[in-house]
Amino acid sequence: MKVELRGVTKRFGGKNPVVALESIDLGVGAGDFVCLLGPSGCGKTTLLNLVAGLDRPTSGQVLVDGQPVQGPGTDRVMIFQTAALFPWLDVLGNVEFGLRMTGSARPDRQEISRGYLRMVHLLDFEQTFVHQLSGGMKQRVALARALALDPDVLLMDEPFGALDAQARDLLHDELQNIWSATAKTVLFVTHNVREAIVLGDRVVVLSPRPGRIKQEFAIDLPRPRQIENYAVVDLSREILNVLKDGAQVTPPAEAGRPGAAR
Amino acid sequence: MIDITAAATETRRGSLLDRPVVRTLAFFLLLVAAWEALFRLGLWPPYLFPSPSGVGRTLARGFENRTFIVGIAVSMRRLLIGFAVSALAGTLLGLALGRARLLDQTLGSLVLGLQALPSICWLPLALLWFGLGEQAILFVVVMGALLAITLSTQAGVKNTDPVYLRAALNLGARSWRLYLLVVLPAALPAIISGMKLGWSFAWRSLMAAELLYVSLGLGQLLMMGRELNDMNQVVAVMLVIIAIGLVVDRLVFTPLETRVRARWGLGE
Repeated sequence: MKVELRGVTKRFGGKNPVVALESIDLGVGAGDFVCLLGPSGCGKTTLLNLVAGLDRPTSGQVLVDGQPVQGPGTDRVMIFQTAALFPWLDVLGNVEFGLRMTGSARPDRQEISRGYLRMVHLLDFEQTFVHQLSGGMKQRVALARALALDPDVLLMDEPFGALDAQARDLLHDELQNIWSATAKTVLFVTHNVREAIVLGDRVVVLSPRPGRIKQEFAIDLPRPRQIENYAVVDLSREILNVLKDGAQVTPPAEAGRPGAAR
Repeated sequence: MIDITAAATETRRGSLLDRPVVRTLAFFLLLVAAWEALFRLGLWPPYLFPSPSGVGRTLARGFENRTFIVGIAVSMRRLLIGFAVSALAGTLLGLALGRARLLDQTLGSLVLGLQALPSICWLPLALLWFGLGEQAILFVVVMGALLAITLSTQAGVKNTDPVYLRAALNLGARSWRLYLLVVLPAALPAIISGMKLGWSFAWRSLMAAELLYVSLGLGQLLMMGRELNDMNQVVAVMLVIIAIGLVVDRLVFTPLETRVRARWGLGE
């Protein structure tokens, strides 16, 4: 297993403690593309943060390559919904940032960074500043910035959630191509059912408050997949039913009652 | 949108008076004309109410015989030194206060408290500590600018979107590089706003300090005008002080602030 969560529970303290994740067991093999699907508040992002080492579990273990996660590491790079590019750097400066931190020499890191900029079709924009980029371009830069470190694991936190449909579809194609070419392990968080089916080998459905794994689906549709494929649409109906069933905030006694679902 | 509509109206009417610059200029021309007219009515003696032409002559003479130039040079030197010290110390202090909660709760509350003291109130203390000299003035200037820059930097660091930090940690940034290459630039818009404010505080503190004892500098030129009953000089020096304040703000800080805010995606 590349990434493994064993009985992971995460509680956030304060006056009204929230159980973000409860007894999560999840194994992700090397090269797997796993989509974590669930409504907001189901702890998807928390799960990524734990794997990224930006947060620690209350109990249970998070293992990467069989070793417990001690903190952030450049073998696992996160891509955020807001892209989180640094506005004080140009596109190339952003892409090479990680390599600069890990101490590679300027000519090397520029060459590597340009290679990934070519991969995301932004080679002509290396001197552009972040505020001049569209949302889709920002996510591509973020993708190149993550890939430049050649991490084993990509952690993607609703990276395309704020994009318009066209930009998103394009990025779905590109991400599938990049994943096939680089064989990265991907943990991809989304609340969009079809997106999860298009991208994932496995779709893990989470239920909210407390975040639990509700059901898992193996997706073996041929690639490349598009969001409007019939097979994708059909499957999404099935998954959506499971998802809706878990999206309610009603007490367990009333669970499953028709109309109680959101 | 507003600009486009304004431009369209302008071309349609074609009137010169619709341009904002022309309106502003026209206002000041009228103001000077009214001032001169009032002077010519002779209601007050010239040592109480100067004429624009008299002030103009004094200005020209002041630059010709270099007294104004020396005054400007002496004041600007103090201002630049005091401001540089404040900018450096204020940024470092603000950075520390913004990141360390313990420092914030202790030193931070002291800074906040001292900010309530008008910086010129440090002058008596500075005179006792440093004597009648350059250092006392610099101390007052620094106390004027330092706290504003510190507080603004601190706020900038505290309000930085945490996603930048998480992204940077994720990309391998640690220790001093995290501060220098991420925390500091992320807070730059706030730091620049602080410097803009600090600059104007420093300018005010400097003028106040220079007025209070023989110091060369613009403040003393202003006081000299009073002692000689030369209202022309008083007003001329006031105009120079206004001009310097405006020029630095409009040519340095405002464009810098606008550019940084745009690039950081903070809107206009």
